[in-house]
Amino acid sequence: MLKIQNVHKVFSKGTVNEHYALQGIDLELKTGEFVTLIGTNGAGKSTIMNLIGGDILPDKGRIYLDNEDITYEKEHKRARKIGRIFQNPMLGTAPDMTVEENLAVAYSQSKKGLFGIGIKKEDSEFFKKCLEDFDLGLEDKLKTKVGLLSGGQRQAIALLMSTISTPKLLLLDEHTAALDPSAAEKVMNITNKIVREKNITTLMITHNINQALKTGDRTIMLHKGKIILDLSGKERENMTVSDLLKLYENNSNDIFDNDRMILS
Amino acid sequence: MTLILGSLHIGLIYALLGIGVYITFRVLDIPDLTADGSLTLGLAVSGIMTINNQSILGLVLAFIAGCIAGSVTGLLQTKFGIHPILSGILTMSGLYSINLLIMGASNISLIGKESVFKIFEDMLGGLDKDIVRLIVCFVVCFVVSALFILFFKTRLGLMIRATGNNEHMVKASSINVDFIKIFTLAIANGCVSLSGGLLAQYQSFSDISSGVGTVVIGLASVIIGEVLFGRRTVTIGIISAVVGSIIYRLIIALALQSSIFPSYMLKLVSAVIVGVALSIPTIKKSIENRKLRKGGI
Ligand SMILES: Nc1ncnc2c1ncn2[C@@H]1O[C@H](COP(=O)(O)OP(=O)(O)O)[C@@H](O)[C@H]1O
Ligand SMILES: [Mg+2]
Repeated sequence: MLKIQNVHKVFSKGTVNEHYALQGIDLELKTGEFVTLIGTNGAGKSTIMNLIGGDILPDKGRIYLDNEDITYEKEHKRARKIGRIFQNPMLGTAPDMTVEENLAVAYSQSKKGLFGIGIKKEDSEFFKKCLEDFDLGLEDKLKTKVGLLSGGQRQAIALLMSTISTPKLLLLDEHTAALDPSAAEKVMNITNKIVREKNITTLMITHNINQALKTGDRTIMLHKGKIILDLSGKERENMTVSDLLKLYENNSNDIFDNDRMILS
Repeated sequence: MTLILGSLHIGLIYALLGIGVYITFRVLDIPDLTADGSLTLGLAVSGIMTINNQSILGLVLAFIAGCIAGSVTGLLQTKFGIHPILSGILTMSGLYSINLLIMGASNISLIGKESVFKIFEDMLGGLDKDIVRLIVCFVVCFVVSALFILFFKTRLGLMIRATGNNEHMVKASSINVDFIKIFTLAIANGCVSLSGGLLAQYQSFSDISSGVGTVVIGLASVIIGEVLFGRRTVTIGIISAVVGSIIYRLIIALALQSSIFPSYMLKLVSAVIVGVALSIPTIKKSIENRKLRKGGI
């Protein structure tokens, strides 16, 4: 499904700030697999997603999606196949437009022609039905400007937008990290629901190790631009947070920096 | 009465400029300085075509020429990464030569030619000349406004609004942001150029310097409209740009007639009005902050 082959990324090459962010990443995701990605701050997690999403290009290596080489494909072109949510709820939605207008822009990917009516009645009804499933009271706010909603509500709408025409791959970059705990939990529930119902192959970055082990089917740990752990099946099921931290210490030869990892 | 009628005529003609500026400045959220050049481009194209007895075709070509000018600015901004303000200045500056090339002189007269106004005056023979002119201006303005209002309800219209609001989200929705920007700058400048085209036929001459200060006039219309209607939907925005343009002309006409200031001060007064209006949000904010600092809770 997704195949990352020997990908390297160097930032500010040839300057004093040169930084080898990714040092030969090999990763393969099976169709429908839900993979969580953890690692200390600066390990290169977001860089992997930005390479898959097309914001930046690798210095070396290839990225394939469904056997199609997307390494150098334009960002907006691959956006058709890849849905993305970021930590900042402001990024995914247009604040001065209403909920239904936002959804309609995302939904336009699956429609032909630019001059059709922007929001048809049946579209509104479809959006309403999707939002009802979220149980956030958003179904009554189709005509509300998104800027007036809470971070959690905005993130839920962003989630619906990036999955409304089912993507091949969903990339989540700490998408609940900026939310308060109850909103984060709701958004996480919605995420699980959408991913499972639509069987979307998903890669999720989180700094919450417990969440990483509990969510999805497989957990990958990144350290200084390299994959140092790849857990799945029984091994993952039996893994506790402290086991994982021990493994991390062994594999990374580093004193653990628990700056950002939340040991919950 | 002539003062009011004249202001209505000019106000409706410049309303097209207001709509164009509203689309770039408020909807797409890009300050576009191409307008100074594209308005004159409209005057030039429509002027030459009218001299050659093709006044209606002249208006169509003025619109198309404006679209091309806008696309150039759009290309400079998107494909070549030049700052939006500088892109507009480059196009505007280049257009000065193009406009001279089209007109063949810095000033051309259309007196006695078959302008659209003349055509309708002949057609509606019994009516007062000023009323016929009002009808022509109103119909053109109405049709253009209605088309843009409908356009912004389409899928593409929604994409344009989204691009002005959150480019990042538009890209994520697999929409080509560069195309959207180029297209929008094209139609907006087409509209500005059409405004110039109509103006040339109304005043029976085209002058190379007609475009000086155009952007400021457009902004003034948009802002006056916003004072009256507030900033709400695009539909209201377009209507308010039209109303704003008419009111702007009335204010100017009244001020000139009562000799509050001489006509050469016009551009300075307009610039001051726009400058003050645009700084109101910041001034409000700093007054609030000062209150907070002094008062506390
Ligand atoms: N655009 C960039 N330019 C220069 N350095 C960058 C850029 N993006 C990321 N980096 C650096 O690459 C490293 C990995 O960043 P990132 O992938 O964002 O880490 P994280 O695992 O916390 O998401 C960091 O040291 C960061 O400073
Ligand atoms: Mg990150």
